[in-house]
Amino acid sequence: MPRWLSLPAALGAAFLVLPVIAIVARVDWADFGTLITSEASRQALWLSLRTSTISTLLCILLGTPMAMVLARTSFPGQGVLRSLVLLPLVLPPVVGGLALLYTFGRRGLLGEELEALGIHVAFSTAAVVMAQTFVAMPFLVVSLEGALRTAGQRYDVVAASLGAGPTTVFRRVTLPLVLPGLVSGAVLAFARSLGEFGATITFAGSLQGVTRTLPLEIYQQRETDVDAAVALSLVLVVVAVIVIGFARQGRSVL
Amino acid sequence: MSLEVEASVPDRDVEVALEVAEGETLAVIGPNGAGKSTVLSVVGGLLRPARGHVRLDGRVLTDDRTFVPPHGRRVALLAQDPLLFPHLSVRDNVAFGPRSGGAGRRTSREAAHRWLAEVGVEELAGRRPREVSGGEGQRVALARALAAEPRLLLLDEPMAALDVAVQPALRQTLRRVLAGRTTVLVTHDVLDALLLADRVVVMEGGRIVEAGRTADVLERPRSAFAARIAGLNMVRGPWLDGAVSGIRGIATGPAPGAGEPAVAVFRPSAVAVYREAPAGSPRNSLPVTITEVEPHGDAVRVRADHLAADVTPLAAAELELAPGLHVVFSVKATEVSVYRI
Repeated sequence: MPRWLSLPAALGAAFLVLPVIAIVARVDWADFGTLITSEASRQALWLSLRTSTISTLLCILLGTPMAMVLARTSFPGQGVLRSLVLLPLVLPPVVGGLALLYTFGRRGLLGEELEALGIHVAFSTAAVVMAQTFVAMPFLVVSLEGALRTAGQRYDVVAASLGAGPTTVFRRVTLPLVLPGLVSGAVLAFARSLGEFGATITFAGSLQGVTRTLPLEIYQQRETDVDAAVALSLVLVVVAVIVIGFARQGRSVL
Repeated sequence: MSLEVEASVPDRDVEVALEVAEGETLAVIGPNGAGKSTVLSVVGGLLRPARGHVRLDGRVLTDDRTFVPPHGRRVALLAQDPLLFPHLSVRDNVAFGPRSGGAGRRTSREAAHRWLAEVGVEELAGRRPREVSGGEGQRVALARALAAEPRLLLLDEPMAALDVAVQPALRQTLRRVLAGRTTVLVTHDVLDALLLADRVVVMEGGRIVEAGRTADVLERPRSAFAARIAGLNMVRGPWLDGAVSGIRGIATGPAPGAGEPAVAVFRPSAVAVYREAPAGSPRNSLPVTITEVEPHGDAVRVRADHLAADVTPLAAAELELAPGLHVVFSVKATEVSVYRI
């Protein structure tokens, strides 16, 4: 590597790390405990963890089959389908939220049908989960599809020649082989869900205890109580660091 | 017949028909790209031929209407790489077949130990695949294939990726476990064909160009590839005036008729090399240009296109043999066998 590359690299690192240091420096440590244990804060944190966990599980349940279809089959229009699946990755989250609203909202595409079934999703906790799943799914699909392509099908072929049917091969060979890819995809999806803001506030609103997740709470507090907003931001940073550490640990064990 | 294959795969320009008797081992040899792997893919159910059929023990695996998927064929594959499942122990790798066949955990593990012992690596049962050597890994892979109790075993160059040092021992093991098993073995190693196979088919350009008992094919090759792996020189041509392309020899078997396609076959060690054709000699003289000079055992092998001559190092030095040099290959008619193809 040419030595001069170290300079822009250091600049880039500083650009990424300095803001985190700034947050830590700005924290009002004397009142930190009270700030993050207020009723609103605890509700927001708990809601964030719950919804992010559920949306990550949904991403795994729906994203794994999608990654398999994209990696292991070929059909006309597959390229277009892949681009569409990845759309939420580049779409502004607010637009995603609007799109969800016009699909599942009361006057949306499926609104009347859902209404008839007595289901109201918009502005509920379910809407938070849907918004998070919408924006986080591509992370899991991309990560897992890559892992599946890298793993190839040689082991699958051997397993089949030993008499294992497609489901057994998938369960006992394919999935274990791409587990690191699945874990890192799930971690990315969880982190993305945890930070979700735009789609959530558009599709689910900001109702304390119901749809106001941690990022929404921080945004809310920023207007009225800056110290609380900063303290909660630090909580989010810590949770993110723990998640990344967890993921690295998990991958090195595998 | 235990295995009957007739397949035409126009995409890869492969057109073959072959049969393997119950308990027989058939070697498929041929240069790279000859279509050997395509044959294995067709038999294993990884490729559906445009036309043809595959029958195993009378059961149709592939034809115009039927296509049994790979896991329903009872055809196990052993490839160049062991491809042991990295997330399973050696024991569970071998137990994979029995487990997939519906056997319980305990029965499968017992079977795994039995087959590991059969190929001589029972002590590896508790290890992870990354903790075994290449030769050991291939033994485990063999045990795993056998434990699935296949009706047919497909071996795709099973020793090509191994150290030369561990090949003889594995070859002995294969010889033992393949006895009485219906097997198709793809190889480019003459020893594999000789020691493991009852019969051999030679493929070239997607077609079977030669077939027969292994010893016969190696002794009287009819294809350039078979001659090469048997280590023999071969010249093809029409039989004219008692010679093939001007080379006289002893006719073995029925003498070819005039103009009939025939081959002249002789060993490299029977060839003498001269800078100029010896005058008035009754020997066959072939003017050639040297393409390669390389050590070969305790002799020096001199190659000129598809012909080879073995000379002593001393002779090679005295004649100053080097690539590009024009020399004469000379061989006595009594050292050449000539036959019809």
